[in-house]
Amino acid sequence: MSNYPSDLKYTKDHEWAKKAGSNIVVGVTFHAQDALGAVVYVELPKVGSTVTAHASFGVIESTKAVSELFAPVTGKVAKINDDVTANPGSVNDDPYKAWLIEIEPATASDFDALLDQPTYVASLDAAK
Amino acid sequence: MARSTPLNAAHRKLGGRMVDFAGWDMPVQYDGLIQEHERVRTGVGLFDVSHMGEIEFTGPGALEEANRLITNDLAKCADGQAVYAGLLNEKGTFVDDVVAYRFSPEHIFICVNASNADKDFAWMAENAKKVKPVNRSNDFAQIAVQGPKAFGVVQRLSPKSLEGVGTYRFTTGDVAGVPCIISRTGYTGEDGFELYCAPDKAEALWYAILEAGKPEAAAPAGLGARDSLRTEMKYALYGNDIDDAHTPLEAGLGWIVKLDKPDFIGKSVLVAQKAAGVPRKLVGFEMLDTGIPRAHYAITQDGEKVGEVTSGTMGPSIKKAVGIGYVPTALSAEGSTFNVDIRGRAAAARVVKTPFYKKP
Repeated sequence: MSNYPSDLKYTKDHEWAKKAGSNIVVGVTFHAQDALGAVVYVELPKVGSTVTAHASFGVIESTKAVSELFAPVTGKVAKINDDVTANPGSVNDDPYKAWLIEIEPATASDFDALLDQPTYVASLDAAK
Repeated sequence: MARSTPLNAAHRKLGGRMVDFAGWDMPVQYDGLIQEHERVRTGVGLFDVSHMGEIEFTGPGALEEANRLITNDLAKCADGQAVYAGLLNEKGTFVDDVVAYRFSPEHIFICVNASNADKDFAWMAENAKKVKPVNRSNDFAQIAVQGPKAFGVVQRLSPKSLEGVGTYRFTTGDVAGVPCIISRTGYTGEDGFELYCAPDKAEALWYAILEAGKPEAAAPAGLGARDSLRTEMKYALYGNDIDDAHTPLEAGLGWIVKLDKPDFIGKSVLVAQKAAGVPRKLVGFEMLDTGIPRAHYAITQDGEKVGEVTSGTMGPSIKKAVGIGYVPTALSAEGSTFNVDIRGRAAAARVVKTPFYKKP
């Protein structure tokens, strides 16, 4: 059932973010994968490319729908998760294990401005 | 406000995820599109297709009247036989695609798409000369029971033997005590039935089939699985693959067009187009590069747009990204290659034989 770990930060675009050293690891939330249904394709940016906060950095597709992925913060792509592009269904299996990209943020404090877990969960409840 | 089928409460009770489809509040999925798709390929799934429209011609001359409106030939059918057909305008392009049932020469029953039901009825009423159509859409609910195990489940609920009801044949009789038109048709590429019944009996029939189908793990399936199943078969969807801008010959549906019939609306255009050759064709293709083709993506060659994708998905059974689209006839032969513009990236694709899915 729905699951939003309290040690993560969130965006209203239904991405999660967490710190890995000075970098930020990004994935999609339980809600995002549930709304999409079975994920069958993930397209990620190249390592070294630049992503911009709130702008699209990639695409996630289910059998039925195409959805854009939005960056939580501005920065440079440090790593991408090739396991997810090879096995897109892993996003449904565990959206918090199936991270998508790791960003080297341009401004370290951007991370702190992201939503905390209670705020994100409240926004989901409000949208119901 | 979206319209509801008589099964709306059942969908909600069974956990259907409801969406607006052509003005109807319909379940897009229940436990998961891929599970539902697989259920229909290997077992049995139930679809609520009560939103579909039904139009009837009855009385002397019913067959001739209906036959003049559709591309296939009801005169060549036996009573108890159904045909897939185009309902065309004078330009020879689609008003809709339909299934026409011949009960007798004096009773023709036509099942039409939900989104087109009112338009189709108006078109038929306007063009019918002697026998006027009756819109029966509110008098019927429809449940599609589809999958290799569908026959056994429906037979168990029917006192009448259904063995003799072959593909595209139908009969009338009780299913779980509910009077039905029992039609051996579907939109999935699997065996099965489409059951038409009175709206107030639909819920009882729905639950009776689920109950009787417990040994086969019968369960509902939503519109999402219906779409992926039909796409794997390259069955056309009105509004996507066929519309009033394309003829049946362009859509690769020459087999439903009987040019030897005395007359039908659109015939002269099709005769001329057949003689001249079609400028473009609806083809099935698979992706050679990564990416999933989707409706309205451009089909390109040497950077120029030459066609358009009309449907596409990652097929759950074929485990491949495939699409359907119109291309110039020169690019329509099996093995032809072109690109699909996937968000600005030219991804290579190749025309393949269809249906994409073949029974193992």
